[in-house]
Amino acid sequence: MTPTLQLFLIISAALFSIGLLAALTRRHAIFILIGIEMMLAAANLNFIAFWRFAPPPHPPTGVMIAIFSIAISAAEAAVGLAMVIAVYRHYRTTNVSQFDQLKG
Amino acid sequence: MNPGIAGNLWLFPAVPFAAAVAILALTKSRRKTAATLAVAGQVVLLAISVVAFLLTLQTHGFRSVQNFTWFTFGDQALRLGFVLDPLASAMLVMISLVGLCIFVFSVGYMAEDKNFTRFFAYLSFFSGAMLGLVIANSLLLLFMFWELVGLASYLLIGFWIERPSAAAAAKKAFITTRIGDLGFFLGMLWLYNRSGTLLFYDGGHGCLESAGLVMLGASATFIALLIFCGAVGKSGQFPLHVWLPDAMEGPTPVSALIHAATMVAAGVFLVARVYPIFSFGAVNGVTSSLTVVVWIGVTTALMAALIAIAQADIKRILAYSTVSQLGLMMVSLGVGGVAAGIMHLLAHGFFKALLFLGSGSVIHGCHGEQDIRKMGGLRRLMPVTFGTYAVGMLALSGVPLFFSGGWTKEEILHATAHWPGSTAPHYLMLAGVVLTGLYMVRQVIYVFFGNRRSAAEHAHESSRVMTTPLIVLAICTIFFSVVLTPAWPWLHNYLTGESIHFEIADLIQPMLLVSFILVGAGIGLGIWMYRRAGMPDGDRPADVDPLEYKQPALFRFLANKMWIDELYAKTIIAFAWAGARFSDWMDRYFWDGLVRGFGAIGQVFGMFTAGVDKRGINAGVDETTVGARGLARLLSDAHSGQIQIYLGVVAVGMLALLLLYAWLA
Repeated sequence: MTPTLQLFLIISAALFSIGLLAALTRRHAIFILIGIEMMLAAANLNFIAFWRFAPPPHPPTGVMIAIFSIAISAAEAAVGLAMVIAVYRHYRTTNVSQFDQLKG
Repeated sequence: MNPGIAGNLWLFPAVPFAAAVAILALTKSRRKTAATLAVAGQVVLLAISVVAFLLTLQTHGFRSVQNFTWFTFGDQALRLGFVLDPLASAMLVMISLVGLCIFVFSVGYMAEDKNFTRFFAYLSFFSGAMLGLVIANSLLLLFMFWELVGLASYLLIGFWIERPSAAAAAKKAFITTRIGDLGFFLGMLWLYNRSGTLLFYDGGHGCLESAGLVMLGASATFIALLIFCGAVGKSGQFPLHVWLPDAMEGPTPVSALIHAATMVAAGVFLVARVYPIFSFGAVNGVTSSLTVVVWIGVTTALMAALIAIAQADIKRILAYSTVSQLGLMMVSLGVGGVAAGIMHLLAHGFFKALLFLGSGSVIHGCHGEQDIRKMGGLRRLMPVTFGTYAVGMLALSGVPLFFSGGWTKEEILHATAHWPGSTAPHYLMLAGVVLTGLYMVRQVIYVFFGNRRSAAEHAHESSRVMTTPLIVLAICTIFFSVVLTPAWPWLHNYLTGESIHFEIADLIQPMLLVSFILVGAGIGLGIWMYRRAGMPDGDRPADVDPLEYKQPALFRFLANKMWIDELYAKTIIAFAWAGARFSDWMDRYFWDGLVRGFGAIGQVFGMFTAGVDKRGINAGVDETTVGARGLARLLSDAHSGQIQIYLGVVAVGMLALLLLYAWLA
């Protein structure tokens, strides 16, 4: 079976949906972060896929954006984890359903 | 500006006013200081009066006028002023001399009174007001002092304020004279309207000088009559005489002051002062206003003399005799005998003060008893009082030759005899002379002769401080006649400004003989009628008056003052009461009802607006806030704080946008 763009897009959409589902349903903050990372990965996969299946010539724009995105998501994960630790120190829990101080 | 007294006429009212204020500032216990201040004030007044009098002797028809501007409004200035002329200066001397005697007498008479100091303050005030009235050169200034005289008389008549009758008498005097003053005030306004000035003498521009009089024209009669209303009230002329006998409620020195020197003299003086207005446009010496003056005077003189015959109160008899004599003076002024009227006023001032102070001495000796039927035989117990009283009585009766009252009365009768208007006043006044003799003899017999009755048993002569003024006044009464005789009519010519000549032949006038006969008839009739007064006579009991025994109906009619008070009570006062009741009813039910009605309308409207406010506006605002709160709660509920729900909403929104985009594309 030859890889096609549709296959990549389906995998990417599935990956995004799984990430979104994780971010929306999991109660643990770290799992939510993982979900977010999965959605980013899905986006990066799309960049690579569109780049790979685009007509030649192939300037490395897609790869460059993916690399940038991975770097930014790494920073984002670091910030996110640090926030999780700070929130945990405050609330003694990582269950996001209990972070409701801003409710109206 | 004149130096000396003519330039400082303001001193006359100022000195006694200052004394009054100083006395009022004293405490009640400083009796001696108060009396000294008041008497000293009168002595100073007498001194400056004499100085002023001597000044007026220097030239015939002397007149010194001192005008000043009171205030200015727009381009008009209201000017007041003082005047010194023979009329004023003769009055000044009489008032201050009689006043001094009365003041000294009061020191003894009021010695026991607890409000001694207040009494002297009022007396000084009274005397000051009267002196101000005499020297006023403006009808307005005269009116001001005139009202002050009224106020002072009110204070003094009601001096024994704890007696209801004194308070009522004070009110009666004040209100009755006020009725006359209303006319006076209207006359004054009319005069100002016509002539533009209220100054009497103003270098030819005053309202009593020819230029001012011409401007009055035909209205002079009405102005004169309106001003005469004031004189009628003040001088106790019919029909406003009712207050004068009631004014006897005041202490006797006050009665003397009111009846002799001040108050009642003011009315006669006023007519004499504005005489040019009365006589303006006279035909043959008669004007309609002067005719009214004559007939009012005649009515008053005769009526009061008749009433005096039947009175039992020693002071009331004198009060009615004053009313009667004032009527006589008015007749004299009315028939053109201004000088005679003023001479009689001056002479009357002396002997009436003497009689009142004498009656005060009698009352004091009889321990406050005023009913002559309870006295009798006092001539032995009170010789000085009797002697001086007899002088006063003979002067009042008009006994000629030796007593001032005889000369002045004769002159008045002389003037009435030549009045072209009518001869009736002359004969009526002759009858009045007889009546005067009659009631004075009756009084003297009742008080000083016959047997001693209840009040006379423990009577005693008064102290020196009271008898000395009596003696002084008696001497004045006798010696005053020197300047009154027709042989040397000094005072007459002084007042009229004519030159004096001495003619012994003029002493005997036909009128003198008539006077002799009439006075003799009056006194003789009195002695014959009352020879056994106060004693039983035949089947007449001791306490019945001889006249009452013979003519009970007539006596009752006179003793009840001709029922004039009752007539007023039934007519004018009843009318006033009805008016007052009607006004009260109108106020209570009509105006009050209107006010209450408007109030009720306001209340109903208030209730309506309150309802609208409560149910409409308030409820609307409440509903709005409740709604806003509901909405706010709804919106705040959306902020659940659950971060995953926010994210889910974002995701759903994103999906919806994508679907919309896909559908639109």
